[in-house]
Amino acid sequence: MNSTEGDEQARSTAEAVARRSYGKLVAFLSVRTRDVSAAEDALSEAFAAALVDWPQNGCPANPEAWLLTAARRKSIDVFRGVVRHELAAGELLRLELLRLDQAAGQPQAQEIPDERLAMMFACAHPSIDAAVRAPLMLQVVLGLDAGRIGAAFLASPTAMGKRLVRAKEKIREAGIPIRVPRREELPDRLDAVLNAIYAAFSEGWTDPAGLDAARRELAEEGLYLARLLASLLPEEPEVLGLLALLLHAESRRRARRTDAGEFVPLAAQDQALWDHAQIAEAEMLLRRASAMGHIGRFQLEAAVQSAHVDRCRKGIFNWAQVAELYDALFQLTGSPVVLINRALAVAEVDGAAAGLSALPDEQADGRLTQYQPYWAARSELLAREGAFADARLANEIAIGLERDPAVRAFLEKRRAALPESRSNGISPQRAQNE
Amino acid sequence: MQYLLLLHANEAGFAQMTPEQQRQGMAAYMAYTEALVKAGVYKGSNRLRPVSNSTTVRVVDGKAQVLDGPFIDTKEALGGYFLIEVPDLDAALSWAARCPGASHGVLEVRPIWEMGQGQQSAAA
Repeated sequence: MNSTEGDEQARSTAEAVARRSYGKLVAFLSVRTRDVSAAEDALSEAFAAALVDWPQNGCPANPEAWLLTAARRKSIDVFRGVVRHELAAGELLRLELLRLDQAAGQPQAQEIPDERLAMMFACAHPSIDAAVRAPLMLQVVLGLDAGRIGAAFLASPTAMGKRLVRAKEKIREAGIPIRVPRREELPDRLDAVLNAIYAAFSEGWTDPAGLDAARRELAEEGLYLARLLASLLPEEPEVLGLLALLLHAESRRRARRTDAGEFVPLAAQDQALWDHAQIAEAEMLLRRASAMGHIGRFQLEAAVQSAHVDRCRKGIFNWAQVAELYDALFQLTGSPVVLINRALAVAEVDGAAAGLSALPDEQADGRLTQYQPYWAARSELLAREGAFADARLANEIAIGLERDPAVRAFLEKRRAALPESRSNGISPQRAQNE
Repeated sequence: MQYLLLLHANEAGFAQMTPEQQRQGMAAYMAYTEALVKAGVYKGSNRLRPVSNSTTVRVVDGKAQVLDGPFIDTKEALGGYFLIEVPDLDAALSWAARCPGASHGVLEVRPIWEMGQGQQSAAA
């Protein structure tokens, strides 16, 4: 083998291992010391050593074990530092060495214990700032760098890097345990993990055209985290619900925009562009989840998506069922956003006037005045009622609040379609049937 | 690891209680301390006198400035502390939640900066 060929192969093997095992190795190295930064440093040194060694000596049969051995010395130094003030340091160090050697001695990478679930719970610990939980998980579990995460979360690489460093410091210095919570604390703690994964996915989802590579990739990484969580906690219905929800959203990615980048509302989407395998998987997950008999937010949201798909594919009028799902969701979350969607479903069943009175009052919840979908929904329902001047005003506010140009263009088209002033020719009943 | 549980509470609350309520309040703290000791995590605790008895000192240009009152004047004042030794933050949080102070005030959980750790952080 010539040296460039060897370099090439070493690099591609190292990259493949990094993608496949980065999070697993970081979690394994830091689970006892809680020093995530040191584990990351040790591992990146091990990767650097691999790029020197593998081209000369060939790629090892078990690259993960090789990397673990290379990272061992550095991480042992760290461990010694962490426990040096404790009387039992010697004994702890001996146990940690034994643990690392045992794992590195495994012939198969799969036999290295998987601590990623514990790591996800540490990243979403209540004492970690909620806004940094998703970025932290993306970095520590998936190995994304601060620049890529920052791009997706609208933060500079430096600012994101600082936030991530502080969070890792907190895990170490405040003594946040890297472990799966006990049964009785699991529900609350799991919610935080699910929310962080959902936030990672949603940040990617806000670039639906997929023009921004960092964002699109993030949606895929969010989906990967949800799959990983579902494989580690297959008996938790909300975990399956989250994965089903993300799959439903992902399945329609290609249909949400025209080739020219125009926004396509659900009812107008070309179903041939939907990923029907993902939809089938989502439906299967949802059935498995509901058989477990414990309903939750993500299962309900996935069920709403499932009802939308059903309606579009089979032409069933199921808005009453959708409204009921939103009722249940509101009981659980108390979210005004849920009420907006519920009002739109109510309007389909009982008419625009009923929908309007079901909309939450922006006076009662100030956040709504800055929420685009609220004004878009309001405009839509007012137009159906024939109150075109008010509809126009609400539509303008919606446009002013939207950051996605494609959605803005869609809202502008709606405005252009509004008649200039109130026309007596259109009755509310007729508007409803449009 | 060692953690300091800092009790922040409204000082007026205790004075407004009936003698019987005060007795019950004190008994709750005694029981809590007893539980900490039994679990082998207790390292120390103290109740602080009200902030009206507090004095702050700061040296400016080599001259001590002495002022009446606490450093920060808030409705919820630091009223006492428990020092505990437990394996991790979750254990500290679960002890903090059991403290009577968490029901009539707020508990702040701060890890102790143990000797020798500073150098290690800087070197890493």
